[in-house]
Amino acid sequence: MGTLKLLQGNEACAEGALYAGCTFFAGYPITPSTEVAEYLARRLPRIGGVILQMEDEIASVGAIIGASLAGKKSMTATSGPGFSLKQENIGFGMLCEVPCVIVDVMRGGPSTGVPTGPSQSDIMQCKWGTHGDHPVICLTPAYVQEIFSETVRAFNLAERYRTPVILAFDEIVGHMREKIEIPEKGVLEVENRRRPTCPPSEYKPFDETQGDVPPIADFFSGYRQHITGLNHASDGFPVNASPRIHTDELRLIRKVEGNRKDIIRYDTVLLDDAEVAVFAYGVSGRSGKNAVEMARAEGIKAGLFRPLTIWPFPVEEVAALASRVKAIIVPELSLGQIVLEVERCAKGRCDVQGIFRVDGDPITPAQILEKIKEVG
Amino acid sequence: MAFNYDRHIRHGKLPHIWCPGCTYGIVFKSLLRAVETMQIPKDHLALVSGIGCASRLPGYVDWNTLHTAHGRAIPFATGLKMARPDKRVLVVSGDGDATAIGGNHFIHACRRNIDITVIVMNNFIYGMTGGQHSPTTPVGHLATTMPFGNIDPTFNIPSLAQGAGATWVGRGTAYHVPVLDRLIIGAIEHKGLSVLEIINGCPTTHGRRNKFRTPTDMLLWMKESALPLSAFEKLPPDKVAGKFPTGVLYKREAPEFSETYFAMVERLQKQQEGGGG
Repeated sequence: MGTLKLLQGNEACAEGALYAGCTFFAGYPITPSTEVAEYLARRLPRIGGVILQMEDEIASVGAIIGASLAGKKSMTATSGPGFSLKQENIGFGMLCEVPCVIVDVMRGGPSTGVPTGPSQSDIMQCKWGTHGDHPVICLTPAYVQEIFSETVRAFNLAERYRTPVILAFDEIVGHMREKIEIPEKGVLEVENRRRPTCPPSEYKPFDETQGDVPPIADFFSGYRQHITGLNHASDGFPVNASPRIHTDELRLIRKVEGNRKDIIRYDTVLLDDAEVAVFAYGVSGRSGKNAVEMARAEGIKAGLFRPLTIWPFPVEEVAALASRVKAIIVPELSLGQIVLEVERCAKGRCDVQGIFRVDGDPITPAQILEKIKEVG
Repeated sequence: MAFNYDRHIRHGKLPHIWCPGCTYGIVFKSLLRAVETMQIPKDHLALVSGIGCASRLPGYVDWNTLHTAHGRAIPFATGLKMARPDKRVLVVSGDGDATAIGGNHFIHACRRNIDITVIVMNNFIYGMTGGQHSPTTPVGHLATTMPFGNIDPTFNIPSLAQGAGATWVGRGTAYHVPVLDRLIIGAIEHKGLSVLEIINGCPTTHGRRNKFRTPTDMLLWMKESALPLSAFEKLPPDKVAGKFPTGVLYKREAPEFSETYFAMVERLQKQQEGGGG
């Protein structure tokens, strides 16, 4: 039996980070994610870890990448405009393949928007926020317990695939308090990055002959290396106008897309015989579960598909679902973002209908039930 | 005996990208001499940069090197330093990189007094992008984005650093090389945030458009304009124009950030062991 606690989602995220071995956090105050930093500010110094409140959001990502290059598991957390500001250095982390975790507690936007209101409208920014083609892993927990476990998983994926991982949840689950169990050490798997075993003179930080995820050496460990945000060769030094750029960018995408089975995780509720499916994540997934149960009580065969990994998108799973249901309903706290992905994967094999809301309130189970009845 | 740079240079990565007549190579060699003189092991050193001509320097140096995003060297360096406070972390930057796009990081690192050495290679222009005015381009000078003469007032980098709280501030030039070696050593030796501005010349995108007919003219301008601080302070007010002070311009002792942080950690851990909390 682990430890039982009553925590809000943001605090559970901080606990998950500690469980995963995070010893470095840098952030900047912003609603509704600040509690992650506040919680870690009380905990990290006691275990010898570092917490820094940096001068801005940009610096926060820079600092966690620097710390990660020195071998520390590191994280930052933000919301809304802060997530926009972080994008430049997130791209650096992706190109230079630096493990770290970026938490985005989604609030209404654009601009300052609704700082205290929930939203799911950053979800395309999670995928396309930084410039250029890049690999993205993004996880979308919906329950406080799940925020804990998905934070641990985010660190594991960051270490396994040597890349920043984005953890995106909405203000409602970020601030909601639920009972959670923090498992004993060792119950959940905690993974560490693959470090080089070759002599330092032979080490190349981006050596594709070592597989799609080359080993990563810590700064100051004797493996002197050059890391640059320019496109680089396997030895880390800049190249341009080279076929190498193309192959290396393909490798970056492949290391994520080629491991979809390992990365993609989702939950389903009564989906096996469903005629109408609800596709929803985060707080909308919680409403979706209630709506499906209400529909079943009325004899309507509804089911829920709730992605925990939103990027890479569960393309095959949604395509298969579209082949066997009449309709997929996509409730989301935006004016229609992830519904476009569902439509893309459904390829017209079933009806796809969105329910969109950006007034600061969640989509209710009743709203979804009404739509289930409409399309069923 | 001539100094042997081989130990610190990444062979195969030269020639460097800097133009003929650029003074950055002088700073490059001075930095290597300083580190060699100080006998700092290469594995204990990180050299971090942002974007621009100066920021290409780390690529040529066989230490732990990190070429980050424009203006962002200091936050990355802060992460490295706080992860490994026992190591030396240096930043090389340009005038635009450090004081325009990276200005916020620059002033806050000064305020924080974290033990990082920030070397600002000021060539008064955005060289890599072809000669746009920077926060240090003199008023009246021509730049591609100030084709009628620069009207944008300038930063005085040492004053900016001192005002923001840096505990060691110096200025050298690419002309006064023996002094530069000593200044770099002083900046690295100082515990706390040190800022060393190094006056450089960019003949390609600044000099030739601004009445410096040759690269040598830029070096001669440095020779004539720079005065040691003590001599500069003795100048009568009517002789100050066109001159600038060099050397260690400001120095004070103050708690260093990483030491203060880890002292807090130690205190908290002792409390815990003692059953406090």
